[in-house]
Amino acid sequence: MNVINNSRRNFIKTAGALAIGGTLPISLVELAFADSSQNFSFAYISDAHIQHIKDNRFVRNWDRGLIRAVAETNLLLPKPDFVMFGGDLAQLGSKAELDHGAQILSALHGDVRYVMGEHDYYLDLGEYWEKLFGPQYYSFDHKGVHFVVLNSIRTYDDWTFKRWPTAEQRMLEMAGLDNPNSSPFMVGEEQRLWLEKDLDKVDKNTPVVVFSHSPLQKIYKGWNFWTEDADQIQALLKPFKKVSVIYGHVHQIQYNQIGNISFNSVMATAWPWPYPQSYAQAEQYLPKLTVPMNRADPFFERDATGWQFINIANGNADLNFTLSDNTGRIVRYNDKQKRPEDTLYQDEQTRIIPQTHY
Amino acid sequence: MSTYQKIAMTLYLAFAATSALADEFTEADVQRWQQQFMSVVSEGRELWTSPKLGTNGVACAQCHPNAANTHPETYPKFQKQLGKVVPLWQMINWCLKNPLEGQPLAADDPKMTALQAYVTYERRGVKLEPGKH
Repeated sequence: MNVINNSRRNFIKTAGALAIGGTLPISLVELAFADSSQNFSFAYISDAHIQHIKDNRFVRNWDRGLIRAVAETNLLLPKPDFVMFGGDLAQLGSKAELDHGAQILSALHGDVRYVMGEHDYYLDLGEYWEKLFGPQYYSFDHKGVHFVVLNSIRTYDDWTFKRWPTAEQRMLEMAGLDNPNSSPFMVGEEQRLWLEKDLDKVDKNTPVVVFSHSPLQKIYKGWNFWTEDADQIQALLKPFKKVSVIYGHVHQIQYNQIGNISFNSVMATAWPWPYPQSYAQAEQYLPKLTVPMNRADPFFERDATGWQFINIANGNADLNFTLSDNTGRIVRYNDKQKRPEDTLYQDEQTRIIPQTHY
Repeated sequence: MSTYQKIAMTLYLAFAATSALADEFTEADVQRWQQQFMSVVSEGRELWTSPKLGTNGVACAQCHPNAANTHPETYPKFQKQLGKVVPLWQMINWCLKNPLEGQPLAADDPKMTALQAYVTYERRGVKLEPGKH
């Protein structure tokens, strides 16, 4: 009895919740695990793209997405152990944008940890971001899980240091998702060496969770749904029994299983992106396992955006998507199939028309 | 022949002598027309990625990389919140007014032509399915 109660991860329905967006789901997850002391949850907010217009003006639409995610996250009960921010807090990496974003995030209750996104990085290569949020890559341990945060959006030195006459232009070139002048993301040798050393100390039975901004798998190079040295990172993670990679950048639901590694993307608070398959001129490799999110309805400003809370259940990550203006989704690790699966729509027969992208 | 008939005959001969017949365009003509089209497509791409099209710095490409998820092959179609069947340019204007917080363009504004040329070009090869959702 107590086991069940302790392991519930529910929203509390409060006046505050009602004021924000109508009725929030009351029982997103009701799970009973054999050993509930091993289970905990954290919240994940990502891709806010706070965009400076001029003076004290910022793009209202993106501001609202982040403000809403922060307010809803603060309503989680039981409280998440910590909050992750998954990168792209800013649109063009300026101090004004990072400061404004940091101020909105400062309303979060509890510890917040940060991942670097390319929109935060390519103006000053993360210098100001580090002052606000700390190191660009690091690891920490929490309740028996080893967490690793990588800066996965670096690229070739030649592109970063020699190609562009100004830092502003470098930032603009990388900010355009479909810009042919941009360059593939990578973790790079410095961090790969660090990661190898960091993981050396960790028992192979310890669950490992890696946070990166870009997918540590190769989906579509044209939009940098891609990390150039993904294979090398996957090789470093291979000896571990349970590994989860959680990434932002793609502004859509994606999930996959490669060997021992579960991959899950998180939603953006700013705006949704099309699935690469809807670009008719592109070859892409969206994981077959992924049941897409609904096609966005532009008439609902926040549709196809959201945030998520993540249960670590016996070392696996279960993603609970809170989708503004849409029904929530749960992608949970299936112990028998040994892969993440949507709890409602995984079966072909149960899918709905808006999940068709073309 | 009357004077009029003489003039008419002279004009006819003059045109027949100086201009090709309607269907006799050359490879060079085709190339020139294609260049004209592609220059409008690239103007469209410029506008699509420009922070100046609206008033808040937001560009079309921010939500629609390579103009994906615009589905020009499905227009005209019913847009439920507009409550009627609209051609693509009206939906583009909806985006200009809302996410871009800008002014709509006239249907025959060269910028609107360029935007539609770009969007359609990125969707080349996809079969027409007007009305599809």
